[in-house]
Order: sequence, then C-alpha cells, then structure tokens
Amino acid sequence: MDTPEESRDLCRKAGYTFTFLSDSNLDAIRRYDLVHAGQGTGGRDIARPAEFLIDSSGIVRWRMLTENYWVRARPEQILEAAKTLP
Amino acid sequence: MMRKTNWPLWLAPVICVFALISYPLLFVNWAATRDFPWANIALFVIADLFLVLGIRRAFAPGRRWFSKIVASVIAAISALLFAAFIFVAFVAARWLPPSTRAPQVSQKAPEFTLKDTSDKPVALAELLSQPVNSRPARGVLLIFYRGYW
Repeated sequence: MDTPEESRDLCRKAGYTFTFLSDSNLDAIRRYDLVHAGQGTGGRDIARPAEFLIDSSGIVRWRMLTENYWVRARPEQILEAAKTLP
Repeated sequence: MMRKTNWPLWLAPVICVFALISYPLLFVNWAATRDFPWANIALFVIADLFLVLGIRRAFAPGRRWFSKIVASVIAAISALLFAAFIFVAFVAARWLPPSTRAPQVSQKAPEFTLKDTSDKPVALAELLSQPVNSRPARGVLLIFYRGYW
C-alpha cells in the first residue's frame, strides 16, 4: 500500500486531480472486506481491485468486484452506472 | 562445414518471453488488450509458427543430432512459457478472496477516514457532502486499485 508521499508522486506524474487517499494501514480495505492476504511485495497484505459508486446519502448504487485481478471496470461502465444516481 | 543459424528456432523463445512480460508491462494498460489478452495469445501463436519452422529445419536430413536436441529444448521452453502465461492470466488471476462482507448494492457504504496526498485526513462523509463545481455532489466513486493500471 502506497504512503501519501508515494501517492503524491504518482498523482503528479499521472496528472490526477481527483482525491487520492492512502490506505497504508489497510483500514478502509479491511472495512470493505477487500484484503487479499500475502499478495503484495514481500508477502504483505494488499487489496483486491474493486470499485464502488456511492450516492450522496452514502448508499452503494453500483459495485464491481472483479473476478480476475487484471481486469478492472471500464470508464464507460462507470459512466453508465453514474446515470442511475439520483 | 558451416551451417546457417536456425534463426526461426531462436526467434520463437524470444517472442515467447516478450509475449509473457508484455502483458503486465504493456498490454494491461488498455482495456481492449487487458480484459482478454488476445494480443499476447497472438504473439504466442506467432512464436509457435517460428518454432514449427525451426524444428523442421533442425530435423531436416543432414542436420547434426545436436541441433535436434537444441530444437527440442527450445520447444520445451517455449511451451513452458506459454503454459506460464495461461496460468498467470487465467488461473492465478482468479484466486481472489471471497469478500462476502464487502458492501452490496443498496447497502450503506462503511465510513472511513484516510490521508490524502497532502497528509490531510479526509472522511468519506466529507467527500459526499463537498460541493463539486459549486453544486452538491451526486456521489463518490471509490476505487481500490492494485498495481498502476
């Protein structure tokens, strides 16, 4: 899990302007039950890839827990899901 | 007697290595070549065509027994690389935890507070209530990423 410093470098290089949070203690990852034990470098715990679309009242409206960790949600899938937001 | 180098034979494992490593290093960056790794499989097919050509040359009449052994070893290595790719892309990639307690659609998203890139704590509730372009936020897209693709 990247630290805020590592994420800062990544955001600068990639030009990301959205909120980029660091979960180096796997706090949110544990709360969302996404821990993939021992799969990180040096046998550390990391997250399985996942995407959640949450509406303004805090309810999950769409999610994708990939079945193959190479595969991620495509932007068009997320935009389609965003249309359902109130 | 000097013989010409059996270049299709040597090209095959080189293409196989590229076919294997180009998935995580290159083709995973685009959804079109990531969701199904057809580009990498095509590379393996090309490598196999060279391999067949190389083996036919190695086993042609008049070739030394040594060239036949080399061809067999290279064929075995190429097959092993292809098998490794199939394993990494289709088998090991599906070994994921069950995540049965992950929030489902229409459930409340668990609250959390994490540090952003300037070390400032940010709560999910803040993101949901923060206006975007001076209009109330319609929601938050939460992405748990793994690897930089």
